[in-house]
Order: sequence, then C-alpha cells, then structure tokens
Amino acid sequence: MSAPIATDRERGTAHTMVGALNAALRDAMRDDERVLVFGEDVGRLGGVFRVTDGLQAEFPDRVFDTPISEAGIVGAAVGLAFAGWKSVVELQFDAFSYPALEQVIDHVAKMRSRTLGRVEMPIVLRIPSFGGIGGKEHHGESPETYYVHTAGLKVVVPSGAIDAYRLLRRSIADPDPVVFLEPKARYWAKEPGELTVDGPGIGEAVTVREGRACSLIAYGAMVARCLEAADVVAAEGLDVRVVDLRSLVPLDDDALRRAAEETGRIVIVHEAPKTLGLGAEIAARVMELAFDHLEAPPVRVTGWDVPYPPAALEERYRPSVARIVAGIRRAVTY
Amino acid sequence: MQPPEHWRGTEPVRILAPDGTPVGEPDVGLDPEGLRSLARWMVLARRLDRECVALQRQGELTVYPGFEGQEAAQVGTAAALGPDDVVFPTFRELAAALVRGVDPVRYLWYHRGTWHGGPYDPRATGFGPICVPVATQLPHAVGHAIGTALDGRDVVTVGFIGDGATSEGDFHEAANLAAVRRAPCVLVVQNNGWAISVPTAAQTAGEIWRRADGYGMPGVRVDGNDVLAVYRVVREAVERARRGGGPTLIEALTYRIGAHSTADDAARYRDPEEVERARAFDPIARYTAWLTAAGHLDEATLAAWEQEAERFAGRVRAELVEQGPPPDAWLFEWVYAAPPATFEREREAALAALGDEAAGP
Ligand SMILES: Cc1ncc(C[n+]2csc(CCOP(=O)(O)OP(=O)(O)O)c2C)c(N)n1
Ligand SMILES: [Mg+2]
Repeated sequence: MSAPIATDRERGTAHTMVGALNAALRDAMRDDERVLVFGEDVGRLGGVFRVTDGLQAEFPDRVFDTPISEAGIVGAAVGLAFAGWKSVVELQFDAFSYPALEQVIDHVAKMRSRTLGRVEMPIVLRIPSFGGIGGKEHHGESPETYYVHTAGLKVVVPSGAIDAYRLLRRSIADPDPVVFLEPKARYWAKEPGELTVDGPGIGEAVTVREGRACSLIAYGAMVARCLEAADVVAAEGLDVRVVDLRSLVPLDDDALRRAAEETGRIVIVHEAPKTLGLGAEIAARVMELAFDHLEAPPVRVTGWDVPYPPAALEERYRPSVARIVAGIRRAVTY
Repeated sequence: MQPPEHWRGTEPVRILAPDGTPVGEPDVGLDPEGLRSLARWMVLARRLDRECVALQRQGELTVYPGFEGQEAAQVGTAAALGPDDVVFPTFRELAAALVRGVDPVRYLWYHRGTWHGGPYDPRATGFGPICVPVATQLPHAVGHAIGTALDGRDVVTVGFIGDGATSEGDFHEAANLAAVRRAPCVLVVQNNGWAISVPTAAQTAGEIWRRADGYGMPGVRVDGNDVLAVYRVVREAVERARRGGGPTLIEALTYRIGAHSTADDAARYRDPEEVERARAFDPIARYTAWLTAAGHLDEATLAAWEQEAERFAGRVRAELVEQGPPPDAWLFEWVYAAPPATFEREREAALAALGDEAAGP
C-alpha cells in the first residue's frame, strides 16, 4: 500500500484540496476520539478520490468500509449519534447520495427538533459533487438545492484547499448536521497557505476580489471561473467584485447586502440548473435586503434546466468564462 | 488450484471442471453449432474488452469498466434467452449486449462520453439502458416482467446485478416484489469477488443465492466461469418463469480479472497473486478445452475466430473514434415529450448564447 498523501502542514507548501481534506479528517480524529469516518471504499482504498487515504492505518477502529448501502450508511450515522458518536460519512458521488435522501430529510435534518433538542445530529455528509471532470452520468450533478431546501441542515461548499480544511474542521465541530459538497473539479488544484481552523466560519461569505462595477456571487468551482471572467473585463476597465459564498445554509445576508449596496449589480453563477438554483434565493434576498440600491435586475448565469449532460457536452452546460462575461455585460449595461 | 475466496461454501452447479473435464452432463440441449457459438462470442467479447481498455488509455473513452473473466456468466445468460426476452443490465455487461445484438459502437458512446444511458434502442434490442446507480435497474426488470405478464406476453426479463449491489435496498425490494407477484424474471448476480475495493466477504456475511429462500423463490449457485452450467441454469430458470413458476435468483461465481474500471488502481487493495490464481479458472480456456476434446472445435476454427475478433475490434475502434461531440442542440432534445413553452424559450436563449460563445466574444 502506498504512503499517505496527506499534505504536511509544517512544510507550508501548496496544498491540493484532496490533501487538505485528508489533513482535516486526520486532525479532527486526533483531536476528538468520538469522530468516525465510514462509507464505501474509504478504508483500504482510501476513497475513490483518496480523501481518506491512510486514515484506516492510523485509526483502524474508527475508519471502516461499509457495504454499498447509502440509506443504511446515513441511517446508521443517526443511530451512532444517539450513541454519542460523530460520523463523517462519505457518499461516493453526488447522484449516489440520493438513495440516502429519505434518511437525510426525515431523520438527520429533523431529529433534533423531533426530540425537543435532546438528541443532536453532529453528522457530516461529505459528497464529491458538481461536474467538470469528464465523468460519467451521475458523476457530475449539483445536488445542493435538495439539501438547501431541507430545514435543519447546513450546507457548505469550499472553493479551494485552504478553505476546504477550515470548513471541514468547522463542519465536524458543528453540533448540527452539515452537508459538505466537495467540488471535484477543484480537488487537484493547488493553493499555497497554512491549513488552520482560524478564519471565516460557516455562514460567512468571503470577498475574494474587490470591485465596484458589479458583484459576482459564486461557490465551489465557479469561484475560480468568476475570477477569470473578472480578469477578462478588468482589461476593459471594469472592476468586478467576486464573492465566494462558501456557505449555502446559512447564507451571509450581510455580504449580499453589502454587494448590492456597494455595486448595485448582482450576477449569480452556479452549475446547478437555473430553476430553484441558489441564484433564485440570492436574487430574492438581495431584492429584499437592498432593493433601493439595485441598478439592474439580478442576472443568473447557470446550468440549463436539462439533465446533466455527458462529458462531451459538459462544458456547453457549465457556465463558461464567456457566459459569465456576457452576464457581467448584461448587468452593467442595463 | 485454489479457487477465489468468495467461491467458498456451497459447491456451485458445474458441468466442466476448470481444466475442461466434464463433471456433469454436458448435453444442455445445444447442437454443435450452438455450442461453438458460445465460444465464439466469448472470444469476440474478450477481444473487444481489451480494445476498449486500450481505447481508454488512448483518450478515446472516458472511463471503461472491463469485464475480463466474466465472459461465461454474461454470454451463457444472454444465449439462454429467447428472441423476445429482455435484459436490464448494469454497466459491465457489454458481452451480454453483443450476444443480444446491441451495436457495440452505439453501446460505447456511453463510455466515450457522447451520450448517457441507452444510446442504442432498448426496445428494438431488448436490452435496457446501461445503468450505473447500482441495483436501481433491478426494480425495472421486475416491473417489466410484471407488465409483460399483465399483457399475457411470452417474455421473460433478466436483471443483472453485481455482488456489491445486493447490499442496496433496491435489490431487496426488487427481489421481494418479484417473488410476491410471481413475476416472470430471472435475477442474475455476477459475484466477481469485488465491489471496487471491497471484497464479497466484507459486503455480505452469507451466501447470496441463499437469500432466495427468504423471499420464497428458487435460488441457485452456479460456477459462473462454466458457460455450459450458466446456460443450463439460466435456461431452466427462464423456462420456469415462462410456465408461470415465478422468479429465480442466480448467483454466478466469477472473478473480476481487471481493475474496477480504468480509473481504478486495484494494486492498492488487491494482491496481484489472487488475480494470477484466478486465471487458472479462465472461462474461455476451460470451455475451448472441452469443445476441442469433444470434437466440436479444431485449431483452424479457433484461429478463424481470433482473426474475426481482430477485425471486429478494429471496425468498432474505427467507427467509434470518428464519433465527434454531439451538437449543442442535444442538450435540450429529449428532455420532454411535450416541451413546455418556458422550456422552449430557455432552449432558444441557450442555443443562441452557446452559438455566440462558439463565435467568440
Ligand atoms: C447507488 C450507488 N452507489 C455507489 C456507486 C459507486 N459504485 C459504482 S460501481 C460500485 C461497485 C459495484 O460493485 P458490484 O455490484 O459488485 O459490481 P461490479 O462493479 O463488481 O460489477 C460502486 C460502489 C454507484 N454506482 N451507485
Ligand atoms: Mg462485484
């Protein structure tokens, strides 16, 4: 078996998101012996993306492979929570989280409320998600709306390695269940910096580029694309703000309000289909929060309202830099 | 010769020993031509499978799940069906698809990333769409069987599934429903010892075929690398279903010689020696040894099949690599039978936007 690929934090080198997530799981398990990691192929193999690489060797009793039974896996996490364990579960791919939806919606999200707050569900559901890796059918979906629409869950999406570490540590420490959506397309992108829990928490958006002409609101892999689009229009003298949401539940209303007040124009970018995607919620919120400051209707640049396409067409579906640029133009010329 | 770990326990139905010696009645009701055709399909299938792995390495397929070692389980099952019978496959049944007459080029569109599901015609071929969410095709097979029975049609439906997939709720729900409705179907589990990195022993603590008893249907464990035994066992199950005798659960013991897919590195979790040991149970060598000894096969015929397989693989490759990306319009083409006006407006706007993009900023 090969050596763990976990990044060495002390060296302060660049981290991949896979390495950062691996380090977050390892550190969380070292710090808290009630943390368990289980799911399909997470033990011996170290996960199909190697996020759990080497963990079973270090924590043989607390990291285990399960049969292929997503409903059973998540249901067991609920029972384990009753027994006082904190489960970090991996569901192998976006679409393979669906067999567990009943457990997630009926139990994970509601147990605290059903038990008058007596039983907490400190569960993290890690789901490699979204497209952009030329994957097969069911390996490129954006499942966030299903989870965002379910009260009782928190939903987070890191856009890079450094924040992935922080968000995962925060998610594991959170007393509420967190759906942790990992953008596969960013798994191997390297980011320099220190892996630390310090910094913005769940519920705080981060402005990753300042600007006044308009605000791009995005999360996950679309943040990097928005930065590219911002560079393109910067060459024409348009300075565009880019906000990385990080947390879809709870949303950072203050950041949304500020973006609307200070730039007056909002462009929301996500891979998920347009209808009832996050863009719908954000557009509604900026209108509620700062209607008088808006200079243009919010613009949505999203996946189409069609099934996620095969690899050959996925970049005709995911928002491209060109489509984001077109969205910026629509917002600023309104 | 030590059989793979997951073959332990109940002895499977077997006609040919691993070296090709008969240990059961080899007359399964096939004439020499029919007997030879089982071997020919296995030879063609294996050659195509290897071509697909090469195509993936050369960037012509996205990811490819090979089936080397499982030819007998698939060919034996597919050959035991009548022309109107229907198969609901997983993602690993290209060999069965060939026997059922599915165009391999169309089939491979799936793995090329050109289109999803069933780029061939599932109705015309009697072969359901490729199905990746494990076990979810099994309720489809059962529903299809219930439907054809309601129509009084003489059709038996086969649902393929893997060992790992038997851990899913959908497996249980499908098997139970099939049994209580006495649906004319056959559930074929290809137990190839592995579900990605998880061995069968970590997947299920019992023997899969025995679950049939709990559902109230016959269960059979068969040597899935013995094409004659697979043919006989499936044939009997199909005939029982045709007579109104309801479903059968078959566990075909086989072995996944390759990695889970071209994206998988099996060396991380599987001892290569296990694979070498399993090669001694190769389904093609076993069957051609018996065919030859029985006087049904000569060197020249075998060599001719191998040449045919070469040409076949070459033709599939040539036709496949010609296949460019589909037009943008396909994104919207088959989403609705009766597209709503809102959808039509989005289609128009999207195709215009994509056209602009292709034209450049
Ligand atoms: C619902 C679901 N969960 C997880 C996966 C990921 N996955 C793809 S194949 C596979 C293993 C399947 O094993 P098995 O049923 O034995 O079939 P085999 O691959 O051996 O043919 C897994 C876990 C999936 N496709 N669907
Ligand atoms: Mg298997």
